[in-house]
Amino acid sequence: MSLVFAGACSHAPGITGRSERADPKLREEFYRNLDRIRERLEAARPDALIVVAAEHFANFFMDNMPAYCMGMADEYEGPIEDEEWLAIKRRKIPGNPDLSRRIICDVMQKIDLAYAEEWKFDHGIMVPLHFLTPRYDLPVIPVNINCQGPPLSPLHRAYEFGRTLRVACDAQPERIALLGTGGMSHWPCTPDSGAINESWDSTFLDHFINNRKDDLISYTDEEVLREGGQGAFEIRTFVTVAGATEGSTGELLFYAPIPVYAVGCYAATMAVE
Amino acid sequence: MSLYCVQKLLYQLNRDPYIRRRYHESFESLLKEYELTEEELGAIREGDIGLLYVMGVNGQILMHYSALIGQEWDEYIHAMKEGVKSHGPVRAGIYRLLKDGES
Repeated sequence: MSLVFAGACSHAPGITGRSERADPKLREEFYRNLDRIRERLEAARPDALIVVAAEHFANFFMDNMPAYCMGMADEYEGPIEDEEWLAIKRRKIPGNPDLSRRIICDVMQKIDLAYAEEWKFDHGIMVPLHFLTPRYDLPVIPVNINCQGPPLSPLHRAYEFGRTLRVACDAQPERIALLGTGGMSHWPCTPDSGAINESWDSTFLDHFINNRKDDLISYTDEEVLREGGQGAFEIRTFVTVAGATEGSTGELLFYAPIPVYAVGCYAATMAVE
Repeated sequence: MSLYCVQKLLYQLNRDPYIRRRYHESFESLLKEYELTEEELGAIREGDIGLLYVMGVNGQILMHYSALIGQEWDEYIHAMKEGVKSHGPVRAGIYRLLKDGES
């Protein structure tokens, strides 16, 4: 069939693990908009969901760090973190190794994509799934972009990866959904946790929603680090979704800084044409 | 190399139940398998989150170690702030990538 859905949302562990510490009104509005993504995802009737995430040393370390990696397992497990800490119960999540293999082979025509037949999901995937596939019955195909341990893949490659992923999805008979999940400005797990550069986020989101490729890939790592902190290296996940939906624009459903969650929380969908 | 070894130990503790079991049951024997300096060994033996942060351990690794040793979120943030006060700015790693040291 083809790609039938594309969206993006936050994944910070505080969203579930420290949920009660946010302003209840703001939290509920954010949750409502995550639910709107879920409704749109379900309306697209996908057979599988590709989650482009930026994991946090759950599976990959500096001894062998792939720039891009896709899961090819029958099932996955998550969260790797303490269940109480994240407030999400550990479980198995179904995969689709045959579909993974076909997509990986197609993507490898242009991008040297690593694969993994074993993968433990961290909050970067579990928090979005908690809201978007709460029954955990939709097969998931995880993708990781190294956003934690520099050197990192350049942004123009993340865009190209998205374009290539789109071609690969469109070549499959299944209906495929795509979700990008990463943070914009944030300084997670540091003494500056809770700092958020709202104006920087706003400019970046405007580029993303309007799919302005040249602007999206123009950021240097030094600029990102200075303005958005090391957490903002995760914009690669947005850039990949933009590449996969090149020529289309999107809708920002929600954005608000929620410092106790350590990020500007957002929910968005992109048109798939 | 040394920061790499500290982070590798903490990474493996975070993700591998076998390493976690050894951490609880044969701590010193586990530590011998990593090339760590005396300062690093001391920080790990003491659970000194502040010093580990100053050494340059990535927070995405460190926060899970903090949880493993029973710290609440606020204690974790406080420990890093106290570490900077006691030991000075972060010395290496991702938080020192900017040329002027700002991060």
